[in-house]
Amino acid sequence: MRISFDETRNNKLRSWFLMFFFIILIGFLGAAIGITMNSLFFGLFLAVFVGIIYSMIGFFSGGNMILSMSGAKAVSKQEYPHLWHAIEGLSLAAGIPKPKAYVINDSALNAFATGRDPKHAAITVTTGLLEKLNREELEGVLAHEMSHIRNYDIRFMMLTAVLVGIVTLLCDFLLRSFLWGGARRRSNDSGNQVGIIMIVLGLVLAILTPIIGQIIKLAISRKREYMADSSAVTLTRYPLGLANALDKIRADPDPLVDKANKATAHLFISTPFRKKKGLMTRLFATHPPIEERIKRLKEM
Amino acid sequence: MAIGIIIGVILGVIVLFIILLYNSLIRLKNQVKNSWAQIDVQLKRRNDLIPNLVETVKGYMKHEKSVLENVTKARAAMMNAEGVEDTAQASNMLSGTLKSLFAVSENYPDLKANQNFMQLQEEITGTENKIAYARQHYNDIVMIFNTKIQTFPNNVFAKQLNFQKKKVLKQLKKRKRM
Repeated sequence: MRISFDETRNNKLRSWFLMFFFIILIGFLGAAIGITMNSLFFGLFLAVFVGIIYSMIGFFSGGNMILSMSGAKAVSKQEYPHLWHAIEGLSLAAGIPKPKAYVINDSALNAFATGRDPKHAAITVTTGLLEKLNREELEGVLAHEMSHIRNYDIRFMMLTAVLVGIVTLLCDFLLRSFLWGGARRRSNDSGNQVGIIMIVLGLVLAILTPIIGQIIKLAISRKREYMADSSAVTLTRYPLGLANALDKIRADPDPLVDKANKATAHLFISTPFRKKKGLMTRLFATHPPIEERIKRLKEM
Repeated sequence: MAIGIIIGVILGVIVLFIILLYNSLIRLKNQVKNSWAQIDVQLKRRNDLIPNLVETVKGYMKHEKSVLENVTKARAAMMNAEGVEDTAQASNMLSGTLKSLFAVSENYPDLKANQNFMQLQEEITGTENKIAYARQHYNDIVMIFNTKIQTFPNNVFAKQLNFQKKKVLKQLKKRKRM
């Protein structure tokens, strides 16, 4: 209990650090864009403008966009009474308002939580999950999602996704403006060393930043999965429920969720794509290996 | 002069500490109250469902009338219970009688196939689980509150401010797993 309260505070703090770090990065990118257009002020203005608009949209409607993108449908108590009861019970245990219930019509076993805070949160499960898990296993999975909500992981992950999106957008813009502006500058600006260094630096920045952003995002995502597993157990007081559920998810021959894509993959309880091995897939994996998660749960 | 300032600063820090402690304890106390209210909502919900259940089951159960009577009695006791302790006690009694009712219902295939009964069973089992979860949260909050007023230096002031240790609710043996 104590742990998860500290975890919430850490997450809020971390969100601010992340914001700060990305604002500086966005400023730099804006300045770089400005230099290629011979107007520092314009570049900064553009970056700030794009940043504000994009984050506002992401923050306030990101949750709904993700839900409709993954084909999730809001369900009523009459349609899925046991899902409804389980969500309501776990939200009582977690001491947060009841999140909305959504279902994806898909035979794969998966689930995710989204929203900007516990008051505006939703839990989504696939119909496959509802069919193949028993009550305690379902409660384990839902408790995992509930922990993401209570610990403000959902806000943190959404913020990360939005900020990585902005940076990628700006880097793209920067690369393009190099291509357009290159010829013009060569004609009126002869042999300016500072200019060349700036361009090289800008190029490196433009190419590396999106990749680094992705790796940061994914590393955070993997760490959050372990945290959510352990605080799920403080809600259900029954580690085997979630462990057995993960076991069934691992054994599922068709883990592909039809409407999942790279943008939403990190939200799911287990990766919605086919499993691959190797260093690159580990570095770019959104989730820790499921065997490791089951092992940790069984040791509790 | 210098000593005056030092004493003033120390007093200021102590006063500030007491204010912050007082506010956080009030916040926790309200959380305890609120989490009890959450349990109460579920208890009321269960009480409202029981007459329907008894009505539905009555026609099918010819032999075990006493099981039904126990449920009705326990519900009446529940309605009259006052205060956290008594209510929790009565609630446990009622949970027990409901459990035996559902166990006995296994012997009546017609009853088990009844749509109305199936819905009520899901509803009551769901509510029972919610009561258990709400109790768990209540105990979590009470534990945080107790730890806060018992640890040093908070304990020195908590007593003066008239905050007393609260009792945790005894957990039922196990939540029903289906």
